[in-house]
Amino acid sequence: MKIPYFPGCSLKTSAKNFEISAISSAKVLGIDFVEIPRWNCCGVVSSLSSDDLMHHLAPVRNFVRVLEMNKTKMVENEKRMLTLCSMCYNTLKRSNQRVKNNPEELESINNFMYREEEYDGSVEVIHYLQLLDEIGFSQMTEKVKNSLENLNVAAYYGCMLIRPKEVGIDDAEEPEIFEKFLSALTAKPVAWNAKKRCCGSYLTVNNKDVVVDLAYGILNDARKNGADLIVTACPLCAFNLDNRQKNVLEKHPDFKTIPVLYFTQLMAIAFGLDEKSFGFELNYIKPNDVLKEKVFK
Amino acid sequence: MPKKIVINDASEEFLRKIIELSGEVITLCDQCGTCSGGCPFVEEMDITPSQLMRKVQLGQQDVLESKTMWLCATCNTCTVRCPRGLDLSKVAEGLRQVVLRQAIDNLDLNNYPKEEIKELPQIAIIAAIRKLTS
Repeated sequence: MKIPYFPGCSLKTSAKNFEISAISSAKVLGIDFVEIPRWNCCGVVSSLSSDDLMHHLAPVRNFVRVLEMNKTKMVENEKRMLTLCSMCYNTLKRSNQRVKNNPEELESINNFMYREEEYDGSVEVIHYLQLLDEIGFSQMTEKVKNSLENLNVAAYYGCMLIRPKEVGIDDAEEPEIFEKFLSALTAKPVAWNAKKRCCGSYLTVNNKDVVVDLAYGILNDARKNGADLIVTACPLCAFNLDNRQKNVLEKHPDFKTIPVLYFTQLMAIAFGLDEKSFGFELNYIKPNDVLKEKVFK
Repeated sequence: MPKKIVINDASEEFLRKIIELSGEVITLCDQCGTCSGGCPFVEEMDITPSQLMRKVQLGQQDVLESKTMWLCATCNTCTVRCPRGLDLSKVAEGLRQVVLRQAIDNLDLNNYPKEEIKELPQIAIIAAIRKLTS
């Protein structure tokens, strides 16, 4: 299956491990990520003001690229746009909903772009977890070479995958898609309280202490409920929960660190892929010890 | 001493502007406090999200001096729980926009040590710049 893939900025820089593990493990399932030509930044955060149209231009341009891919046969009648980063997913999906629901706004944007292909609202933004669910999580179970049955994993949804309701990939209060994913990979999902609590997002720039406190609470909750590691789909959550453990340790010297992985890294491990596709060099807290103890015995 | 609340043309105009920017019918808020109860940032705020809503309802423009709207990171926890179906993240955005559209920023990266900025991924920096600067 060939599907248009929107990487976004992090997947090419701070979250290269997310991209490499996703692409290599998708191949095992017969999914081919076709990177969207000339993709541009989604805007990271959604502009919420009623009169701010300009900031929805960047997402719409990306939708136009998907239409072009269909025209040039890079993909066959595939207007779904696949995202990995949950912030990209949220921002792109919100813009798409807005222009679909407001034809006059879409017309203004199309007029502004003038010589670009007209966007008709036909692209659908999806997250990789949704695609895996649609194909059937059980397909993954068949490909598992390294059993994760001894691995207790805390699935961290954060905000952008599940909120607001009209954007979420699952129920906003009781999501379970991530746990289903983990079970299909043979891992043990842990029940915990902080799985949909905000990590502090971009406040990590100007309110670091707030984020460090939130991270401390989230990480401790995962530990307390028996997690060996945490998985996420968001490069910003990953920074706040993984890299900020350095700052958590400065504040709480007896804190016990816990690895934070992208969910696709867990796929690469379970599918028995080459270590190069794990990309652990970009994880701040290294998962090697816990994996040695619980997986690669 | 009881405090007198004054509603005048200026306060009504302010409420109208925030309703227009946010697209939310702010007057629907019943002050139940669900938003404040679930907000992960409420401890850091000087006024709670429900107090912010009340101030906007009354058109009190000193709400713009509060830290609250700058601490709202659009996590949407309140949005999915509001029994009146209000999206407070859009109200916070409207308030931020009123300030930012006077070309007054809430973030100056020069105020932070270069080593700290270097450690940040661009997803954090771009998001902060988009939300906190004009």
